[in-house]
Amino acid sequence: MGYFSNIYHAIGTLLTGMKVTGKYFLNARKGAITQQYPDNRDTLKMFERFRGEVVMPHDENNEHSCTGCQKCEIACPNGSIEIIWDRIIVPETGKKKKAIDQHIFHLGMCTQCGLCVDACPTDAIKWGQNFENSVYDRTQLTRILNKPGSKVRAGVEE
Amino acid sequence: MNSISNIIDWFVNIGVLNMAMIALIYLTVFAVLGLFLVLLERKVAAWFQLRIGPNRVGYLGLFQTIADALKLVSKELTGTVKADKFLYNLAPYFVIVTSLMALAVFPFTQDLQAFDINIGIFFLIAISSVGVIGILLGGWSSNNKFALIGAMRSGVQTISYELSVGLSLLTMVILTGSLQLSEIIEVQKSGWLIVQGHIPAIIAFMIFMISGTAETNRAPFDMVEAESELGAGYHTEYSGMKFAYFFLAEFINMFIIAAIATTVFFGGWLSPFGITDSLPWLGLFWFLAKTFVLVFLMMWFRWTFPRLRVDQLLTLEWKYLLPINLVNLVIMAVIVWLNLIIQF
Repeated sequence: MGYFSNIYHAIGTLLTGMKVTGKYFLNARKGAITQQYPDNRDTLKMFERFRGEVVMPHDENNEHSCTGCQKCEIACPNGSIEIIWDRIIVPETGKKKKAIDQHIFHLGMCTQCGLCVDACPTDAIKWGQNFENSVYDRTQLTRILNKPGSKVRAGVEE
Repeated sequence: MNSISNIIDWFVNIGVLNMAMIALIYLTVFAVLGLFLVLLERKVAAWFQLRIGPNRVGYLGLFQTIADALKLVSKELTGTVKADKFLYNLAPYFVIVTSLMALAVFPFTQDLQAFDINIGIFFLIAISSVGVIGILLGGWSSNNKFALIGAMRSGVQTISYELSVGLSLLTMVILTGSLQLSEIIEVQKSGWLIVQGHIPAIIAFMIFMISGTAETNRAPFDMVEAESELGAGYHTEYSGMKFAYFFLAEFINMFIIAAIATTVFFGGWLSPFGITDSLPWLGLFWFLAKTFVLVFLMMWFRWTFPRLRVDQLLTLEWKYLLPINLVNLVIMAVIVWLNLIIQF
């Protein structure tokens, strides 16, 4: 009787599949996943996991949390990150401390692998949701992530 | 000389001009219909995959396929160097002409039938298997291994599934006692055949839809053009309008299979329960409505089921569909003999 039960199960599974797609068909109007991109430019919000570009968040005091440890620079497989750093003297203690001068990110070379973001011990760099990265000149893809005049947030190093 | 003038007389008598005009009208209508079936397919496919589908050209994207056709017309017709030029150029016409020929016999409504031949169903079955010659020619002559494999698969598939199409229609012919399509519609005035023939008719309908889908070389039976394996299958080397002919023929074939099912199982242009018997022209609406429901069913198949392997394809036909069909034929014969049909 395997023959007939085969047919029975075949029809059953086919109908199951058709039920699934049929549900999709009926919900296509409101559940469509298509983004009609240039039209919805104002309302389009990228999802959390999206890897657009590496950004360095600054708070309202123009402070970031990059200590200049260079772990991101080492982690980057193709050298997209360059950190220019210097030693400054902390006025309170009089000790020398490492601090970044420029955190340079070459978006043109970046493959969005995310190793730098994973490597960062202080969560100083994050993924930005911006995806409109086209420019007319390649030099514009080289970005300095720390804002001018910014400094490291106190207490990040501990 | 006498025989030639006889032939000319015969041509004049049956009205060559009329025939040409009818043919031209059919050609235009069904070329446009084919284009809109392509659009429908793309829209339905989009909805099945939670996409939006073409919506840019014209209102709601209605002119998308017309723009595509215009583009294809303007394309260069390329070919391979070692192609058999004559057969290569002949193949698309084989495919498109056979699918358009089949349309002649359908009764779209009471009086709208180009060619009411008394062996209508036989003609349809015969014509629908001629199309495969075009596919074989195209695959063979384009001197491309993918095209050849695609064409050979098409041969295997069509020869196998032709049996099921024929036998499932034969099952219904037992019920109608006629091969003439207008006669078949006439019989269904006392209940659609799928109701009259109840269980064996439903089985026959299922078998017909499965093998009909295989006949049109559509997914899940699209091994002929299996994009992931063969490029584009038998029409890999075709471009421009010749490619469009193959494409159009596929969609018109789909319409034909659905139209055969409508005519034979669902009462053709008859309205359900005779609700619009007083308005005969609404027959066209009912015919197209039923046909498009079945076309939609075939699209549903296409966007749900994965492609069969060639051995699975042959197992399905020779081990399942054919024996079931033969038993079903006998059951139908017994039911007609004992007069167990349901009639209103």
